[in-house]
Amino acid sequence: MIKQLVSSTAFAFAAAAALAAPISFDFKDPKGVNNVAFHLDAPLESISGTASGITGNVMFDPANPAALNGKIVIASNSLKVPNSTMQDHLHSPNWIDVAKHPEITFEVTKVANAKTAGTDTTADVTGNLTIKGVTKEVTVPAKLSYMADALGRRQPNAKGDILVVRAEFLVKRDDFGIQAGQRGDTVGADIKLTLALAGLAPKA
Amino acid sequence: MVKILPLALRATAALLLAGVVIWWALGGAHRGWSMNRVPVNKTDEITGIAFVEYEDRFVPGLEMLGGGAGAAVLLFGLSFLFRKSHSTLKPTNS
Repeated sequence: MIKQLVSSTAFAFAAAAALAAPISFDFKDPKGVNNVAFHLDAPLESISGTASGITGNVMFDPANPAALNGKIVIASNSLKVPNSTMQDHLHSPNWIDVAKHPEITFEVTKVANAKTAGTDTTADVTGNLTIKGVTKEVTVPAKLSYMADALGRRQPNAKGDILVVRAEFLVKRDDFGIQAGQRGDTVGADIKLTLALAGLAPKA
Repeated sequence: MVKILPLALRATAALLLAGVVIWWALGGAHRGWSMNRVPVNKTDEITGIAFVEYEDRFVPGLEMLGGGAGAAVLLFGLSFLFRKSHSTLKPTNS
C-alpha cells in the first residue's frame, strides 16, 4: 500500500514537472511570417524596411514566464528596403557590412516585471543586442502570447504550441557604430525596431 | 524654322511636365525615393502577426517628379534662346 502511494506520488510529481517544464520554441518559421521591421526618421528622409531571415530558440515556461531565456538571430543580408540601390548601400561596409557581420543577435539575460493575464504575458526583457559587431545591453518591453496546441492550425497534422513575441523599441545608430555622427539629415539617429515573431514547439 | 522651334520647345516642356505629374500621380504619388519593389502589408491569420511581402514593380518617387519638372523648365528656358531677333534698323522712307 505504502509502495503504491509512493510510486503514485512520484508519478504525480514527475507529471507535474513535465507539465511545468520550459518549452523550447524554434523561431525558424517555414511560413516566412516572422519579421523585424525597422524605421528611421530624418528631417529629409524616412527609411523603412524589414528583416525576415530569423532563426533562434527561446525557452518559455507558461507556468513561470520570468524564466524566459534564449537567443534570436537575424541574418543581416535579409534586411530589405523598397529601393534596391538603397538596399545595396545598407548592406555595404559603410552601413551594416553584411559580409563582415552576417548576423544581428539578441540574447536574453534577464526578465523583469512579468505580468500574465490569460495567455498573454508582458515583461521587460533585458538582453545583449549585437549589431555590426557591437554589443549593447538593452531592455525591451515585450508581449508574449502562448498559444497552446495551436500548431495544428498552422501546419496540418502537426501537434504543438506557438509562442508569439511582440516588441517595439528604439536603438541609437551611433551606439552601434553605424555611420556614427554622420548623415543625420538623411538617415535618422534612432532606429525603431518592431519585432513580430512566432516560435514553434512541435510535440512528438 | 526659327519661328517654330520656340513653340515646339514650349509645347514639349508642357507635355513633359504634364506627363511626369500624371505618371507620378498614377503611380501612387509616392513622396519618397522611387521604389522598384513595393511593400504589401499582410497578416498571418493564426498568430495575428503583421508582415510585409514585396511585389516587384516600379513606383516613381519625388526624384522622378523633380527630374521631369526640371527638364521641362530647362526646355522652356531654352525656347527663349530661339526667339526671333528684332531688327534695330528703322525702315527708310526713300
